[in-house]
Amino acid sequence: MSSISFCLLAFSWDSVLGVLLWIVAAIVVLALVMTFAALSVVAERKVCAFIQGRYGPNRTAIPLVAAIPMVGNFLKRNGLMQLVADGAKFLLKEDPLPEHVNKFWYMLAPVMSLSPVLIAACVIPLGVYWSGGEAFPLSAANLDVSLVFALAVSSLGVYGAIMAGWSSNSKFSYHGAIRASAQTVSYELSMWLAVLPVVMFTALDSDNPLNLFEIANAQSGSAWFVLSQPVSALVFLVALFAETNRLPFDMAESETDLVSGYHTEYGSFKFGLFFVGEYGHVAVGSAIFATLFLGAWNPLPWTEWPEAWGWISSVLACLTFLLKIAAMIFFFIWVRWSVPRFRYDQVMSLGWKGLVPLGMLNLVAYMAVSALAY
Amino acid sequence: MEKNFVNVNIDGTEYKVEAGLNVLEACRSVGVEIPFFCYHPNLKVAGSCRMCLVVTGMPARDRATGKPVLNPDGSPVIAFSPKPTISCGTKVAEGMHVITDSALVRSCREGVLEFLLLNHPLDCPICDKAGECKLQEYAHTFGKADSRYVEAKNVKPKKVEFAGKIFIDAERCILCSRCIRFAKEVVGRDIFGFIKRGSKTEIAVYSDTDTNYLINAADICPVGAITEKAFRFKMRTWFLKVTKGISSESSAGVNTRVWSRNGVIYRITPRENPEVNGPWMSDTGRYEYVESGEKIACAQIDSSPCDSSYAADRCVEIMKLGGVAVVANGSQTLEEMFMLKKLSDACAAKVYMASHTGSDDGFLVSADRKPNTRGAFVTGLISEYPKADLSDLLGEVNSGAVKTIICFGEDLAKLGFDSAALKKANVVYVGREACETSREAKICVPVSGVFEKSGMWINRQFRLQKFEAAVSAPSGMMFESEFISLILRSLTGGSFQTPSIGEIRARMEAEIPCLAGCSKVGDGGMPIDGSKYSGEPFPEKPAFMFGKEEK
Amino acid sequence: MAIVVERKKLTLWEKTYIPQTIGGLWITIKNFFRPAVTLEYPDQYPVIPDGYRGSPALVKDSEGREKCVSCQLCEFVCPSKAIRVVPGAIDPSSPYSHIEKAPKEFYINMFRCIYCGMCEEACPEKAIVLQKEFSLNVDSRDKMVRDKKALYELGGVEPDKIMKWKRVKDAAELEESK
Repeated sequence: MSSISFCLLAFSWDSVLGVLLWIVAAIVVLALVMTFAALSVVAERKVCAFIQGRYGPNRTAIPLVAAIPMVGNFLKRNGLMQLVADGAKFLLKEDPLPEHVNKFWYMLAPVMSLSPVLIAACVIPLGVYWSGGEAFPLSAANLDVSLVFALAVSSLGVYGAIMAGWSSNSKFSYHGAIRASAQTVSYELSMWLAVLPVVMFTALDSDNPLNLFEIANAQSGSAWFVLSQPVSALVFLVALFAETNRLPFDMAESETDLVSGYHTEYGSFKFGLFFVGEYGHVAVGSAIFATLFLGAWNPLPWTEWPEAWGWISSVLACLTFLLKIAAMIFFFIWVRWSVPRFRYDQVMSLGWKGLVPLGMLNLVAYMAVSALAY
Repeated sequence: MEKNFVNVNIDGTEYKVEAGLNVLEACRSVGVEIPFFCYHPNLKVAGSCRMCLVVTGMPARDRATGKPVLNPDGSPVIAFSPKPTISCGTKVAEGMHVITDSALVRSCREGVLEFLLLNHPLDCPICDKAGECKLQEYAHTFGKADSRYVEAKNVKPKKVEFAGKIFIDAERCILCSRCIRFAKEVVGRDIFGFIKRGSKTEIAVYSDTDTNYLINAADICPVGAITEKAFRFKMRTWFLKVTKGISSESSAGVNTRVWSRNGVIYRITPRENPEVNGPWMSDTGRYEYVESGEKIACAQIDSSPCDSSYAADRCVEIMKLGGVAVVANGSQTLEEMFMLKKLSDACAAKVYMASHTGSDDGFLVSADRKPNTRGAFVTGLISEYPKADLSDLLGEVNSGAVKTIICFGEDLAKLGFDSAALKKANVVYVGREACETSREAKICVPVSGVFEKSGMWINRQFRLQKFEAAVSAPSGMMFESEFISLILRSLTGGSFQTPSIGEIRARMEAEIPCLAGCSKVGDGGMPIDGSKYSGEPFPEKPAFMFGKEEK
Repeated sequence: MAIVVERKKLTLWEKTYIPQTIGGLWITIKNFFRPAVTLEYPDQYPVIPDGYRGSPALVKDSEGREKCVSCQLCEFVCPSKAIRVVPGAIDPSSPYSHIEKAPKEFYINMFRCIYCGMCEEACPEKAIVLQKEFSLNVDSRDKMVRDKKALYELGGVEPDKIMKWKRVKDAAELEESK
């Protein structure tokens, strides 16, 4: 977008307003990701409880709030006040700084784990709005290469794990970090192999196929890519699980053999950042998947919110998109409590012997299809 | 005396047993147990309980020729008695065959036991004998699990207190007559007796027939019919730890069992030693454990509390001033006396001792009421029999020759010292019980009491007997030998460790010829050569196992 | 001896992990919609079955007589040494003086108790009975050592079916009246 460089070069009230708007937009996106991350924590505990025939957290009550009729009990029974208690605990606990760690990298690692996720979230189009007959994305930043940007930046999150593992100066952390990096390298490849057919399909009727908004638009009123490219979707989904370090691919954490993996030596708020970073990663990953394959903000395949409804359509689009993210997060959690962890060699062989060849074949097949269609 | 032996076949095995024994004892001597109630090795045979029935037989002889009847293989034919006989009332004879375990014998025992239990109240949960009751034990071995008896049980007097010492429960009595025989044969007069007849027969007592040996009846009672009042409902016997002790009542040196649990002594019973007391002991000797007087809680200097080792240091300082006299005590152990002799030699102190005498009952309470007066002779602490008071020492104190008295557990106030005399000299009191002297003493050091230490005493027979600590002393208490060696070390400037009991015994063996072997003395004690002291005026009268044949 | 287990040969479809994963997801989603089995304990109390081995307590018979005769068998059998009995004689003026013996004091250290029920099994008088109480809450450690009074309060009344001691007394009275 040229307006960024424009506002840096020449001062005007319009450009000041534009910058302020971007700041507001950035804050909204940030708040959105953090909210999703926080609610994911509660959802994780509740969903796993329901799957296991339990109630999950339903005891924690903030004195005055819990006394509010209906609402108080609702918050209590659904574990929402547990969330506050957890957050307060992370903030208030003693923050240990072990003697044997590399202090600088040790402190930097949690930040490095969370920030890429927040940055990547900025380019995701949350919805659509129309102005003068033209559609614009509802995103904090609409880059031409937003797909590349989002995937590249969110992959940087693994640096946090590597830093943490190395600086912690502990066997368990180190093993976790090694696994995280190896896993990221392995699955990054198949992820991209899965994305390329999508880009190719988008390129059929768009001259900016690496833009997430364009990819989303390509699915408006037509088939979602999950339908036209199920293999791509499957490969991408599996790679996404691996990228976000979620079960069955949480080799980096793997508490059965590595205590707690790369964040073994962390506690208190630093651990909290890793924790939120993981769920932020899940939320952003879900958003990317929804954009790429689940038709973004479109309610159903071959349909779209009519432009004629104006801002109502925009709001509905936005809600649709958030709902899809929520569903994806539920899916993430659901898988976690259903599928056991892979062994590390299985992770590697699945990545290199399964997903990469499959992604390549898939790519070749769609190349042929799109060449014919062109 | 050479013993005669006879060959007896018990349950098919040939044994050589002492001639003159009854079958029951002969079987026990080779390890074959026969159950019995009324038999007691120290009493005459009554044969009333019928529990010890066995089948006996002798080699058959031809009536006409008097020749042994032989089986075809040459072995003698055994003519077994047609009915079982009581083994306690049958003497062994050459060639006798005894069957102690056959269907007939077993059914005899089961039948006897069933009859004994017919009218027994089966109130083991409230019976103090439970745990050491013969009836209980045999009921486990030979008894039936349920009763065939549907009639009402006989009602007899229960919980009859007698002489303030025992309780009699006639319902529990199995009429073995042990107590009756004990009174008649050992005490020498009738105390117990049977009244009424048949199944209504009851054990009863004559009034005004108390004796100092009454509680032995509770010991020998095979059931809970006679129980000791002082031990009544105090503790079940199976919780109690038994320690071998010696009665400190008199120089008779009665062997005892001290029964304690968690540092509390619950009772004292006699320990059988045929050379000293048989299975008996006096009633008064049983209550030595009763906490009577006030105890000294911690060391004191001029009545203000201090540490024991500090008190010992002060004691040494006083002793270095000279004019030291030691008051030994006939209750001290041989080890303590030996150490004390070293101490008195080291500080050139004269040793005084007071005799404590009482009436001699000619049995197990002797005239000398200190258990170890002869030990003082043997260790060289004294050379002549002590007087009843300490007037010699009082004279020395008054003349100023004695400035410091180290007194071991003797109450000087009762031995001629008045308050002024006690103040005149520096008195160091070493003992467990608080008394007039301990309160007036300059320095007062508490030491372990008689149940809290191990040691050896020499009784009236010049028999060396050892006893063990039954309970542990309160924390901060020193052993007397520890205290003596502490002072001795400071006085002589020696650097030796406080010797253990074993080390003291080893030194005694080396230095005192007549104590040779004392470190290996067994539970039964060991007679030592006391002929050197036969000229001393010991006050004991001839008694049981002491200058008199067994009663 | 090592046993070789022949593994099932997987088909290509099975090797993709997909069928198993979907099967797993199906199971968990079915569970997701089932009601929870959790008992919300302090609010809801569990139903305690008969014969439950909760804390042991002393009981009285329907006349209010203390059944315990302080035979100390429970103390003896107690594997964790939780029980301490101080035996004593019954006052001669008591209507139950014919029983002769009763506990002067009775302590159960509930920190030591392991709820094995051996005391109940050993008791010849059926005087010590394990109650249904399972949640013991005190504000000081001493209160976990229950004395005789507390034990009788907890135990309450357990009717005596055999009436052994009553029959002893009746027999004695009958004999006296003759």
